[in-house]
Amino acid sequence: MGRRVLITGLDTFWGGRMAQALEVRPDVDVILGLGTKEPRVPLERTEFVRSDQKYSILSRIVRATQVDTIVHTFLETNSVGVPGRVLHEINVIGTLNLLAAAGSPGSSVRHVVVKSSTHVYGSSEHDPAWFREETPRPSPVRTRLERSLVEVEALVRDFTEDNPRLGVTVLRFANVLGTDIVTPVSHDLRRHLLPCVAGFDPLVQFVEEDDVVRALEFVTDRRIPGVFNVAGEGKLPWSEVAAIGGAVLLPLPPVWPGAFAAPLTRLGLVQFPPEMEGLARYGRGVDTGRLRASGFRYRYTSAGAVQSFARANNLRRATGSAAPEYRYEQDVEQFFRHSPAVVRGLDA
Amino acid sequence: MAVSTDPADPAPARETGAGPGHPDDADLIEAVVRRTGRDGQAAADRPSEDTLRYLPVATRPSDTGTAGDPRRSDVDEWGRSEHVRRIARRLYDPLYRYWFRVEWEGLEKIPADGGALLIANHAGAIPPDAPAIMHGIEQQLDRPVYGLADDFFRTVPVVGTLWSRAGGVPAHPDNAFRLLHDQGQLALVFPEGTKATSKTYADRYRLRRFGRGGFVEIAMRAGVPVVPIAVVGAEEAMPIVFRIGGVARALHLPYFPVTANALVLGPLGYITYFPAKLKLRVLDPVRFDVEPGLERYSRSRVMDEAEGIRATLQEALHDMLRERRSVWFG
Repeated sequence: MGRRVLITGLDTFWGGRMAQALEVRPDVDVILGLGTKEPRVPLERTEFVRSDQKYSILSRIVRATQVDTIVHTFLETNSVGVPGRVLHEINVIGTLNLLAAAGSPGSSVRHVVVKSSTHVYGSSEHDPAWFREETPRPSPVRTRLERSLVEVEALVRDFTEDNPRLGVTVLRFANVLGTDIVTPVSHDLRRHLLPCVAGFDPLVQFVEEDDVVRALEFVTDRRIPGVFNVAGEGKLPWSEVAAIGGAVLLPLPPVWPGAFAAPLTRLGLVQFPPEMEGLARYGRGVDTGRLRASGFRYRYTSAGAVQSFARANNLRRATGSAAPEYRYEQDVEQFFRHSPAVVRGLDA
Repeated sequence: MAVSTDPADPAPARETGAGPGHPDDADLIEAVVRRTGRDGQAAADRPSEDTLRYLPVATRPSDTGTAGDPRRSDVDEWGRSEHVRRIARRLYDPLYRYWFRVEWEGLEKIPADGGALLIANHAGAIPPDAPAIMHGIEQQLDRPVYGLADDFFRTVPVVGTLWSRAGGVPAHPDNAFRLLHDQGQLALVFPEGTKATSKTYADRYRLRRFGRGGFVEIAMRAGVPVVPIAVVGAEEAMPIVFRIGGVARALHLPYFPVTANALVLGPLGYITYFPAKLKLRVLDPVRFDVEPGLERYSRSRVMDEAEGIRATLQEALHDMLRERRSVWFG
């Protein structure tokens, strides 16, 4: 019997991407997607279930569908435009309900994958150059986003201890850049203005969006339990991110940079959420040896992820779309798939 | 019926498996396809930037092949840039040669390759010993030296960044281990820390406590020798007459020194060293006969080794001071 997978946050970037990635796999029988809105990507065989962001109906769905794997992509890792309470509901309460559903007596779930972020390590002058998965966070939690993610990981850790029969995977992703994803950094780069803290040029890491989905798929496919950092190889200075991305650095004063960025944020010129403040000062690096050792291979380095974004951005400027090489014609594909006129069973 | 095995499917043809074998599944799939297909239509029509491409990730052509190396600078994973180092060396060289007239003894004891933990005594309000050691070894041995220093440096704008580009690394045990063990580099630490640079001239050449011996433990774990370096002259280059604790606290500095240089030259004194002659003596490398890679080592063994190295270094300093006839001419 094939796999039965439930994806949370189907209407978000990662949920949709993950569903697309699983749809082409013959070993996955059933894909269910939970979301608060309609999915924004074309999906072939994924079943969409509308839910609230707290996932209160989740345990019923799990029981009714007998899914064996839950991929929890619906964690907010970017605080722009998300009020504190909503952040808490989505991240903490959502995860709480999800884990309750997965761990209920008689549950069919055997594997839970959680998409977390390297924001859980924070960013401070006391940091090592490379965080390993077991390195304790050296600085106190400063931002709402970090607090909610740290809380989520604590829930997941307890859950892992209480349910030894389940495989639990936590993937901590570095900041993402790529062809399509919109993040504060990509937003700023597209407006050719990257805020920095004057006098600081920290080293940062990125992971390309394809590698994010590939990593999620990799651990889901092989049911690899554990905590893993996911980030492109190497680090690069903040100023180089601006250089590759074709942006000018906007220096903010080292004292209260967030307060000085606030009016610019209000005007929509830049995005500079609180979690980016520490990053722009001290940067962050995570050791990715553990995931590599389990056999995963990255397609992009950190600098490569920035370049992938920059190339897509150039293309977008020139043509208005990041991906003219393939345009999905829905009607045509529907015709090929369903029309009686198409002779099936032929080799191309 | 068997939607998924359609050869015209833009997704890579799925091997015959689950889909066609189970008619129920196929029915289900088709029902879903109809529905999500319609949703997809709506999404495709909307010219929104968060509309995603259909092409599944696994088949998307990788972009990296033709793109070339994206890096624009030579800043390494520690923040060190050979380019910046070269400029720093060019600027510092006259100071090294003609101001401090640095003289080495036993430089050949520093390994030409492989990791080694260099330790030295530390002195001067703004210590001149670290750049002299890094400069000398890079010039003579042609290999980089990473200077491990207090996290405080990172918090200072501009200074922190320049320090990092010039080969400075925050003194975190993980950083030291990675440099020494994984990368076989030379790392320089001052085990006394700021306790040494903040001491007044009255305490010159009296080694402070060597922390908790952490440097020994790191060398043991990394399986590298400790190479002690005795430095004479740094104490006199920028001696501290007294410290003002209140100013230090107000400015969040580890200490606020009033140096002899500042008393003579005013504010200019904080960027001007006295031309004391710097003499450096490399002592015999200390190797530890323990198994590398352990999480912890015997506390007493670590403390004994650290104390032993401290005693050797103190003795070497006294020896060098006995031979020294002039602070300025050596």
